[in-house]
Amino acid sequence: MRLGEIITAAILALLAIYLMWKSTSLEIGYIRGEGPGGGFWPFWLSFIMLLSTGWIAVNWWRGTSPPSQSDEPVLDAYGWKMLVFVGGGIAAFVALIPIISMYGAICLFLIYYLKFLGRHSWFVTLALSIGLPIVFFFFEGAMRITMPTGMSFTEPVFNLLYDIIY
Amino acid sequence: MEILSLLGDGMVLSLQPLNLLLIIVGVTVGLFIGAMPGLGSVNGVAILLPITFLVPPGSAIIFLAAIYYGAMYGGAISSVTLGIPGASTAVATTFDGRPLALQGKAGLALVAAAVASFVGGTVANILFTAFAPLLASVALSFGPPEIFALMLLAFATFVGLGGDDIPKTILSICMGLVFAAIGFDQVSGAPRLILFDINGFLKGINFLVLAIGVYGIGEMIWTIYSTRGEITTTKAEISVGQIWRDIKEVGQRGWKGTAIGSFLGFFVGILPAAGATPGSLMSYGVAKMVSRKPDEFGKGHPGGVCAPEAANNSASTGAMLPMLTLGIPGSPTTAVLLGGMVIWGLTPGPRLFVEQTEFVWGLIGSFYVSNVFALLINLAFIPLFIWMLRMPFTILAPLIFVLSVIGGYAALRDMFDIWLLLVFGFGAFFLRRFDYPLAPAVLAIVLGPIAEPTLRQSLLLSSGDPSIFFTRPISGPIMVIAIILILLPLAKFLRQNKPA
Repeated sequence: MRLGEIITAAILALLAIYLMWKSTSLEIGYIRGEGPGGGFWPFWLSFIMLLSTGWIAVNWWRGTSPPSQSDEPVLDAYGWKMLVFVGGGIAAFVALIPIISMYGAICLFLIYYLKFLGRHSWFVTLALSIGLPIVFFFFEGAMRITMPTGMSFTEPVFNLLYDIIY
Repeated sequence: MEILSLLGDGMVLSLQPLNLLLIIVGVTVGLFIGAMPGLGSVNGVAILLPITFLVPPGSAIIFLAAIYYGAMYGGAISSVTLGIPGASTAVATTFDGRPLALQGKAGLALVAAAVASFVGGTVANILFTAFAPLLASVALSFGPPEIFALMLLAFATFVGLGGDDIPKTILSICMGLVFAAIGFDQVSGAPRLILFDINGFLKGINFLVLAIGVYGIGEMIWTIYSTRGEITTTKAEISVGQIWRDIKEVGQRGWKGTAIGSFLGFFVGILPAAGATPGSLMSYGVAKMVSRKPDEFGKGHPGGVCAPEAANNSASTGAMLPMLTLGIPGSPTTAVLLGGMVIWGLTPGPRLFVEQTEFVWGLIGSFYVSNVFALLINLAFIPLFIWMLRMPFTILAPLIFVLSVIGGYAALRDMFDIWLLLVFGFGAFFLRRFDYPLAPAVLAIVLGPIAEPTLRQSLLLSSGDPSIFFTRPISGPIMVIAIILILLPLAKFLRQNKPA
């Protein structure tokens, strides 16, 4: 945790410097007759962010913040495993949306999570992974918000379904 | 008398069939959302905001306010039965609620939470009805310097009273404000802060992306990580006779905590950016301080449940006051509500009470109605909520992930924002691991588009002279209070570092 805290502060300091640099593409000072320039607000806020990271580093050096006093790893074996399987699953879910549609991605994500991470029965898994997209499909119809339909190969299916709700 | 007449009209409006249905559904949904670990009112309101486009704005805000109300009631349920707070506002409820449950008195803890929440909500509604128009009339004289001073006070409250790590709080606020500045400069129209030259940033970062990312994805991953699948449940037995006996016990042992929470919670809730969490924690502390048996607090005292629960309900109503009258949210949930009002074409602020009388009083009337329904639904459904919380977390978690992605897409209809939502979710998880408070960032991204133009307009008015903030009769004192609040932790830091 101790090393992790200073690395996090360093990353945030770099982000602050990057934001300061990006802000300078617009005027960061006062323009007569126009007021503060467009870069004024983000530049000085990013500068305060940078100062805050310095303050965090001082606290870290003095060992006053709880993470700086901790010898725990940032993530233990469970944490990494959880991040890979849960976080990776969510990322894969989002990546699949433009390919197999929002509903197809929800169905696969729920099968993955419920069956392989949750170890639920096939009955529970299929009931939720098929039932929930159907519920959301009618939600789409009521809201008139078109969800991503994926690549062109899903078109015949959606043409048929849209005839039902629209 | 005029206020009572307007309130009567508002209550009639809130009892119209559509609004009444929305109140009942909203309160019930809110109770479930509040009871779910990892989800709070802010998640519910943020995720369900897109649904409100189906109904008129007046009904939409009533629905969201009912969810907010219900979630405040529901937050206590998982605090008591699971030992983990359903939301940050129910953290203090865990201190005595969980020990009561472990003693086999989960029913008493849940009834204490419900009754205290009802009393807190009722007191807050009365105070709201009495003070809202007064504050609104004062607020009419607010110009850009006054509004900017209030924004600064909102952030200063977080820095000075928040209780979190100060530099991390400041960094969180500034990060939210800079994210709010991404897109186009509001004055010149020039592109600004297009990070890594990615075109998706041209339209800016919507507050919903950050709110759902932080609270929908980040909090859920955090809950999975921190509980490690070892959530233990406690059986609570509830019957009508038992509920009545519990109510009598709450009346005897919890009245002081309820009274403290009801009044203190409201006034902390009014403070911009303070909200229900500090309100409930402060009320718990005061209730313990004035109790004849402070040693019993933390070991299962009903007063330890009543104080924070009365406070978080009272504060949630209090937080609506600056949101409606000044356009300043008092909590992350009201920040999301504020965003919703802007989307519906309503401008929160002093003119709202003059131009949208029906909307405002319909909402206030709905507070009273929601409070009554929240109590009844809560008491009736306590056994059901306990059953629901026994739903395996491996079912609950993926449902929330799916809802977050659908909610984010439904609001913005852009895959870039969904990826951004994931980045914020994972980022929030790591930042939380290192004790970075994230609520200030969510508040800041909502307040940023108000704070920046008012600062620039003020400096333009004064030809760049910052003394404009200190020389005006309303903005001057607010600025002084804000600066004192900001300097307090700095002074504490310097005193601690003074060489011996």
